[in-house]
Amino acid sequence: MAEAGRTDERPMSPHIQVWKWHATMAASIMHRATGVALYVGMLMISAWLVAAAMGPDAYAPVQALMFSLIGQLILFGFTLAILYHFANGIRHLIWDGPRAGFDPQFASAVSVFNFAFAILGAAAIWSASHFL
Amino acid sequence: MSSHELRTPLGRVRGLGSAKEGVTHHIRQRVSAIALIFLVPWFVYSVSDATGGAYEDAVSFIGHPINAILLILTVGAAFYHMRLGMQVVIEDYISKTGTRQALLILNSFVTIALFAASALSVLKIWIDAP
Repeated sequence: MAEAGRTDERPMSPHIQVWKWHATMAASIMHRATGVALYVGMLMISAWLVAAAMGPDAYAPVQALMFSLIGQLILFGFTLAILYHFANGIRHLIWDGPRAGFDPQFASAVSVFNFAFAILGAAAIWSASHFL
Repeated sequence: MSSHELRTPLGRVRGLGSAKEGVTHHIRQRVSAIALIFLVPWFVYSVSDATGGAYEDAVSFIGHPINAILLILTVGAAFYHMRLGMQVVIEDYISKTGTRQALLILNSFVTIALFAASALSVLKIWIDAP
């Protein structure tokens, strides 16, 4: 809404650069970032389902892509993103429903837990599906 | 203008007040999130397993009735949740009216088309399953 020729100085919201980074801020930004990443990632899940429905000839290139290094990195990133968005989404529901967990120190601890949950969870699922 | 009017005259002229849709959007976003709490753990575990094998493994996983039903429920809840979420992202960052409207329409088209393609693919595999 920045009209040209405005004479009065309107107050501006602080920009991201002037904030000291803290855990809840990173958690909030990451929630939106993983949401957008999952939007793109679901294109992949749809492609997988459609290719499977079309038959072996259509499935082969999709499978080749999934098993390539870049495909595996994308799938691992998808697992990380979905686990993070899942854990942090539950926290949002607890904020909205029972209205609990607003204490700053506790909220920071939950943010760190959610990041750890995503990383350790993705590592566990990938170890299980690759080595068991 | 009544004395109870909370909007400023400038706000009224610009016509950018409440569209009376925020609460419904908020509730829908959360209800689909609650559904996904139950579906996502199954989805992450099963799909990471099913995508790791050959064509026959994928088709026999998708074609199993329980998996097919859960897959359709998951993609239904997920694409609905994604459409609502991306709508907010577009509304937050794109202030140019034409671009914003175009992206909002594109968001609806993409999520609905992907839902239809995914659900119908699962149905076909389920129906074709021996």
